Amino acid sequence: MASPIEVLSWVLILAGSVFVIIGGIGLLRLPDFYTRIHAAGITDTLGTWLILIGLMLHEGFSLGTAKLAMLLFFLLATGPLATHALAKAAYIRGLDPLQGRELVDRHEVDDNA
Amino acid sequence: MIGIYAAATAAIVVCMGLTLIRSIAGPTVFDRILAVNSFGTKTVLLIALIGYLSGRPDFLDLALVYALMNFIGTIAAMKFTRFGDLAGMEDDDSEELY
Repeated sequence: MASPIEVLSWVLILAGSVFVIIGGIGLLRLPDFYTRIHAAGITDTLGTWLILIGLMLHEGFSLGTAKLAMLLFFLLATGPLATHALAKAAYIRGLDPLQGRELVDRHEVDDNA
Repeated sequence: MIGIYAAATAAIVVCMGLTLIRSIAGPTVFDRILAVNSFGTKTVLLIALIGYLSGRPDFLDLALVYALMNFIGTIAAMKFTRFGDLAGMEDDDSEELY
């Protein structure tokens, strides 16, 4: 009989897999670059977090958990940073969002970098 | 337990296939960079899961290194498409978005 922690770990890993699949489908199906960033962000944060926390629960209190925590921290720091840099680079270089640029320009985003 | 890892690994492999399709299809260079970045993140997860699937959690070290390389690679690819050079900061206006 599995312990409650083990069951929780299974649930988290499976939930993370579901989010990874959703992100992949979104990356393929959504209509333009800025919406696809949204889909990729789901995979980078939620899917990664759920799967790695599930593995940490399975591992218990050991060196493996420390490595998984470092992995979690790196992915948390670098994933959104890369996505943000990509979105800003695309916007500055003139790739138009689906609904036009007015929505962003109205908030005085400085795009003279 | 093995079944759970196998299911998660299969889900990630399928998702990597979808991501690869997007990175080939484009249409803009940003789509490709985004897809490759996402592919790298999934590779990290895949390495970690395969380590547990085969009972060798030492694979986590490889996953750590890959996570670091992936971020640097994304930034370098973005800078390269912007300037055509990893060292220079010369800005040219003849940009190719597609």
